[in-house]
This record gives sequence, C-alpha cells and structure tokens, in this order.
Amino acid sequence: MSTQGFGATVLRIVRKDLTVEVRSREVAYTTLFFAVSCLLVFAFALVREGRAPEGAGEGILWATLTFAGTLALGRTFERERQSETLRALLLAPVPRAAVYVGKLVGIVGLLLAVEVVLVPLVTLFFGAPLLKRPLWLAGILVTGTIGFAAVGTLFAAMLVRARSRDVLLPVLLYPVVVPVLIAGVRGTSALVDPVFDVAIARFWLALLFAFDAVFVTLALWTFEPVMSD
Amino acid sequence: MTTLRRVAFTLLLTSVARFALAQPPRQDEFVPISELPPTEQMPAAPLVVGAYVFVLLVFFVYMLSVAKRVGAVQRDMHALEAELKGRKKA
Amino acid sequence: MPKWFTPLALLCGAMLAASPLIIANAPYESQMGLVQKIFYYHMPSAWMFLLGAIVCGVASARFLATGAERHDRTALAAAELTVLFGLLTLVTGPLWARRAWGTFWVWDARVTSSLVGWMISCAYLILRKYGGPGSERLGAAVALFGMANVPFIYLSVNYWRTIHPPTSVVPTLKFSMGFPLMFCVTAFLLFFILLMAMRTRLEESRARLDALYLALDE
Repeated sequence: MSTQGFGATVLRIVRKDLTVEVRSREVAYTTLFFAVSCLLVFAFALVREGRAPEGAGEGILWATLTFAGTLALGRTFERERQSETLRALLLAPVPRAAVYVGKLVGIVGLLLAVEVVLVPLVTLFFGAPLLKRPLWLAGILVTGTIGFAAVGTLFAAMLVRARSRDVLLPVLLYPVVVPVLIAGVRGTSALVDPVFDVAIARFWLALLFAFDAVFVTLALWTFEPVMSD
Repeated sequence: MTTLRRVAFTLLLTSVARFALAQPPRQDEFVPISELPPTEQMPAAPLVVGAYVFVLLVFFVYMLSVAKRVGAVQRDMHALEAELKGRKKA
Repeated sequence: MPKWFTPLALLCGAMLAASPLIIANAPYESQMGLVQKIFYYHMPSAWMFLLGAIVCGVASARFLATGAERHDRTALAAAELTVLFGLLTLVTGPLWARRAWGTFWVWDARVTSSLVGWMISCAYLILRKYGGPGSERLGAAVALFGMANVPFIYLSVNYWRTIHPPTSVVPTLKFSMGFPLMFCVTAFLLFFILLMAMRTRLEESRARLDALYLALDE
C-alpha cells in the first residue's frame, strides 16, 4: 500500500515541519521563552538566601523540560489541526508509522534545541555543574527526550480531535513518563556527583534505552489502529 | 447583609493566615515506632476501625453509583419505548 | 442479569459480612499487634487493583486488535474497578503505615509505583469521560501503555528510593493467618466479578439505548 519508502516519508515530513518552523519560528521561540520563564518560577520557589538547594538543578532541568515539552507537543499538533494537515498525511499513500516517526523526529529536534539553551542556564542559576561530563549528559538527555517524545507524540496525535485536549495531554502523559523522569533526574544527578559512579550512570542510561525501545515500538504498533477511523 | 459578608470574609482570611504563619513541628526523618515518645504514638484501634469502615463505605457508595446509573438508563429506555409506541400509533 | 448473579451476590455479601469475625479470631502478629489486621483487607484490595489493571490492559489490546465493542466495555469496567480498589489500597496502606512505620506516607518502591499506576487508571477514566467521541481507541492506547509501563515504573522507583523501610509482607503465613487472608481474597474476588458483571451490563444497556436513539432519529 505504501508507494513511498519509509525513510523517504520520514525525511519529507521532517523537512516540511522544519520549513514551516524556520519561516515563523513560532513554536521554537514560544517554547524556549516558556522554558526560561519556568526556570524563573523555580528560582523564586526554591532559592533561599541566594543559593539553590543542593541537587535541585537536575530536578528543575527535567521538570522544565517536561512542561516545555508538553507545550511544544500541544502547539505542534494544534498547527496540524488548524490546517487539517494531519488528516491529509494520514490519507496520503505513505506508511502511517512513517508519519509518526516523522513527527517524532521533529519534536525531538525541537526539544534538543531547547535543552542546548536550558542546560547552561540551569548551571548558571542553580549552581549545578551539569557540564562536567558532557558526553554522558548528552546520552541521558537524548535518550530521555526520545522516551518523553515517543509517548507524547502518540498521545498528542491521538488527542488532536478530542475535547479538552489541552489538559488531557498532561493528564495522560505525565504518569506514563514517570520512569523517564526518574531515570533522567537520577542519571543527571549521578553525573553531577563529585564521586562519579559509572555503574549508576550506566544503569539509568540503560533503563532509558530500554524504555525508548519498548515505547517507540509500542507506539508504532498502536499508531495505525488508533488513528484510523 | 454585605457588612456581615465582609466580617465573615475577614475572619476567614485571618484564620487562614494564622494557620499559614504557624510553625509546624520539625520532623527530619521517620523514627521507628518503638522509639517514638508515647505522646506521638497513635492507638491502633481507630486506624483499624477507620480502615474497615472506609472499605465498606467505598463499596457501598460505588454500588449506589452503579445502581443510580442503571436506573437512569432504564428510565431513558422506558421513555424511548413509550415514544416509539406513540409514533407507531400515529 | 445472568442466572448466577443473585446466588453469587448473596454468597459474596455473606462472606464480606463474616470476614470481620474471621479476622478478629486470627492471632495477633507479634510485632505490630492489632493494626496488622488491616492487612486482611489491604492485601486483597491490592491484588484486585492489580487484577483490574491487567484485565483493562488485555481488554484494551484486544479492542485495538479486533475493534469489537465488548472488549472496550470490559476495559472501561475494569478501569473503574482498578481505580476503586487502588483507592482502597492507597488509603488502608497509609492507615496501617501510620502505626507500623510512624508516618502516613513513605516514598518507597511499591507505594509509589501503586500511586503512579493508580493515576494512570484515573487518567483513563478522565479521558473516557471528557475526551468526547473517539476516546475509546485513545483510552485503549493509554491502557496499553500503562500496562507496558508497570515493570519500568517499578524498576525506576525501586532504584530511585535508596532507603527502604522494612516491608512486612509475609510470603509464608501460618494457617491461622493464611486462612483469613484467603477468605478475604476470595470474598474480594467474588465482589470483583460481581461488579464487573454489573458494570459491563450497564455499558451494554447504554449501547443499546444509543442504538435506539439513532434508530429513532431515522
């Protein structure tokens, strides 16, 4: 049934989203600014006598990513809904799973861009030496972002035509991505520790990999039956 | 009447503020039950009775809720059947 | 209602009514005394909570695979029971913990995992209630993801919480304690089956009602 290859479809979708985004930059700027505002809220909530509590930086980073990610997901699919492009994509003679992967790549790219800005800011504001081990941090951030986005993209796509979709997305998403949150915070924490325990960092990274594998696979299976009417 | 409402509102605000400003007792970590002073230990009976009563209450409330919903559906069914009969006659 | 419903309801009611007597006759546990007796309602609630989650997950998977409405009805009924028994577990547990561990809430692996699992089933019900048309399939996907998540939640929470208060589940119980437990588990299981029957019946009636409304409009 698919006249276009899987990879070609994914690339096309990513390129389409990138083109639209580069022209208006709406989702990128608004998500970024929201993330920084979130940091500000956390700063006023947690900083005492000019210093943040010990180990707060990792938690704040991942909490902000969760909130900003939810917003980005909502905005991205709102755009699709307004132009009815999601319907068009699903009707096109392309493998449905490729539509999912295309959107997933786009969201992951956006969130990684937000992280590039957030990590130095968290290091600055909350005194957390996040950049001590950049490669490990990159590994944990990438796998964590993929895990969050894998579930988030599926749920956001599912909710495009539902009522109360704005509040339903976090209500459905947050309990399901709890393992990602825990592994992300704990993994980042292990990197920040003055005594670096490789085994612990490796454990959390492995958990994130496993989560990504299982949930991307599940999402690919369920995307088709859920999105068909 | 508005004066009474204003007084009530002010009283409510001050009572809330009193609780907000009060210092809660400090508890750093949890202490095993045997080492707590006798004043902090809770007697077991109210907890046990509370647990059982809660369970039975929840069961009762749920069954009531299901019965109510079943009743509503049945009422709608009867109304619908009556309407269908009325339409057949017409 | 099927023929077995009324006799089963009577049996279940009798067992639930008899359970406090049987529990009262069970011996006291050496360390915790009276408060341990909450265990006889807490454990069966926890098991029914897990059973409900599994039934909901399996029914959701079958619904997504086949599209048959009755699987969706089973999933919805099971989700409601998951929330019900989860609530019982999450309330009776802290009541027991207050006496046994000195505090109402601890962020230990099992408690936290149960809370997250319970919230997923609550989210399912919220979606089904407020999501509008088409939320059956969406809910099925959420239930499926929730079920697949259980090992991850447990594993991550287990290692997140480095200090574990001593858990007091006794896998090998003497008969004097094992019997009341099995009695209560049976009573709760019968109640679970009864409630599932009632609840799916309600959904079937609703579906018939909707079909009638549609037929009326034609």
